[in-house]
Amino acid sequence: MVGGLFIIITSQNYLKKVVGLAIFQTAVFVFFVSLAKVLDGTAPILTKMANAYSNPLPHVLILTAIVVGVATSALGLALVLQIYKNYETIEEKEIESLELKSDK
Amino acid sequence: MFDIFLDDAPALVVVLPLLISAIIAFMPSKIWPWIISIITLLLHLFLSLHLLKEISVSGLIIYEFGNWEPPWGISFKIDGVNIGLQLLFSIFVLVSTFYSRKIFLNEIDYRDSGKAYSLWLLAVGSLNGIILTNDIFNLFVFLEISALASISLIALGAGQNRKALLAAFNYLIIGAIGATFYVIGVGFAYAMTGTLNMNDLVIQLAQYSDGQLAIFAGMSFMLIGLMVKAAIFPVHIWLPPAYSYAPSAVSTLLAALATKTILYFFVRLLYEVFIIYPSYLSLFLDFVLYPLSLLAIFIGTVIAIYQDDIKKLLAFSSIAQIGYITLAFSLKDHSGVASGFVHIFNHALIKGGLFMAVGYFAILYKDRVTLNSLKGFGYKYPITSFALLICGLSLIGLPLTNGFISKLYLFQALYTNQMYLSIALVAVSSALAVVYFWKIVEQMWFSEIKFKSEKEDAYIYLPIWIVTISIIVFGIYSTPIIEFSNLSADYLISGYQN
Repeated sequence: MVGGLFIIITSQNYLKKVVGLAIFQTAVFVFFVSLAKVLDGTAPILTKMANAYSNPLPHVLILTAIVVGVATSALGLALVLQIYKNYETIEEKEIESLELKSDK
Repeated sequence: MFDIFLDDAPALVVVLPLLISAIIAFMPSKIWPWIISIITLLLHLFLSLHLLKEISVSGLIIYEFGNWEPPWGISFKIDGVNIGLQLLFSIFVLVSTFYSRKIFLNEIDYRDSGKAYSLWLLAVGSLNGIILTNDIFNLFVFLEISALASISLIALGAGQNRKALLAAFNYLIIGAIGATFYVIGVGFAYAMTGTLNMNDLVIQLAQYSDGQLAIFAGMSFMLIGLMVKAAIFPVHIWLPPAYSYAPSAVSTLLAALATKTILYFFVRLLYEVFIIYPSYLSLFLDFVLYPLSLLAIFIGTVIAIYQDDIKKLLAFSSIAQIGYITLAFSLKDHSGVASGFVHIFNHALIKGGLFMAVGYFAILYKDRVTLNSLKGFGYKYPITSFALLICGLSLIGLPLTNGFISKLYLFQALYTNQMYLSIALVAVSSALAVVYFWKIVEQMWFSEIKFKSEKEDAYIYLPIWIVTISIIVFGIYSTPIIEFSNLSADYLISGYQN
């Protein structure tokens, strides 16, 4: 999780920022899934052999969150593509210097 | 026949725009997406009015999706807190959609108008979901739908200025971090209580009456996530570029409603759920929210004074105005919360009107509106300029406008809490607001260049004037806004005092 945030903050490349965001979000998904584990629990399927089940609800929540994450990444990548088409670079510093020039 | 639909009104106000948005997404036509959107939003307004009628009878509606009882199923809750906001939302969305047609035609490729209105309705539906939902995870989903839809809408501004792409990208990254923080908080809360329903959460949290570290950590994560989304200082940095480079119609919708709905949920979470831990709550309000609000008011206003670009100026003044709202909410009593809601209503109208007028100028001027470009606009386009003037005076808080009512109630709330220093600071920052608004007025009416008045487009200035007249009407006859706000505060604060 911290790794993902670190990438978002430090990297100058927009593409890397999107990837960092994905890592950050995945870490939170894993956190949720780990919450669901019940000691000695099995998959929540009704059988006679099991006496404890893991909690399926966090899995369901994360299924939703994964979809949201995919949409976020997709939109982020689409934006990076458009930025590249408009600026011909996706490095933050180069874009900043381009903008400074165009402001003058 | 309609009764079947009316029973499901709480769900339909959210689902209807979402459904229609899928239908109009690939319409190549110039005008049909707009017509369908208007019809949808008229139905939306009708449903909201129906909800108001129901609420005035019963006082509380809990709508269970798929008849799964809450704590298990997802539920929507409509009560005194959100009915006023729901009504304002419905009306304002309709007006701004009416306004948006000519603006969109000027700013984006007409072949994209189907997609633009599809995103527009997506944003409307999900923001409405934020107002109604009673489930903390469901809120995250709506937050993200609305964020993704508004990011795409902001990126549509790239046809005008490619900086819109950078603004949209920054909003995406910062917004997603905020939302993920919120989800971590939800995870902690779920781990401790095993529930996501807000009412049930209160009951379950009561068993940890002395508080547990995990819960406090979760609460802090949730609050910080929401603060990012609501653009509360100092995590507001995504907002000014996003609002100023978006197409004008989009800035109107976002500035007036997007942050307001999230602020509403923020305050509801504070006063309905976290109230269980009064010491934590007062710590957060007194030492985090209160100082940050004062800073936001000052820094937002001062930065706005130095802006040359009018849309950026308005965006920074939004930061300051959000500061006023959170300042009111940090007061922990009935008068404070009520004045916060008053300002949510009034500021939505004021900022909506201002962005509408400036958006029209941007189209007339065919470039970004800066201070210099406004020279003589007061004579050139008198109808819109006069509306801008009234909205601006209301922003400062002159009597006879609704901005004055906001300030009056805020001062009263601060006075009853004996925060005399804050009163002085708020008064000073109002005076500073005169500075940046006067710069606009000076350019528009007092520059040497004189123009003859030109024809203005009635399709655009009518919605602007609807908003402007409502500003004056609510400035003189403020009872509806005050009543809705008091109702909201009654519901929220009754829990606090018990």
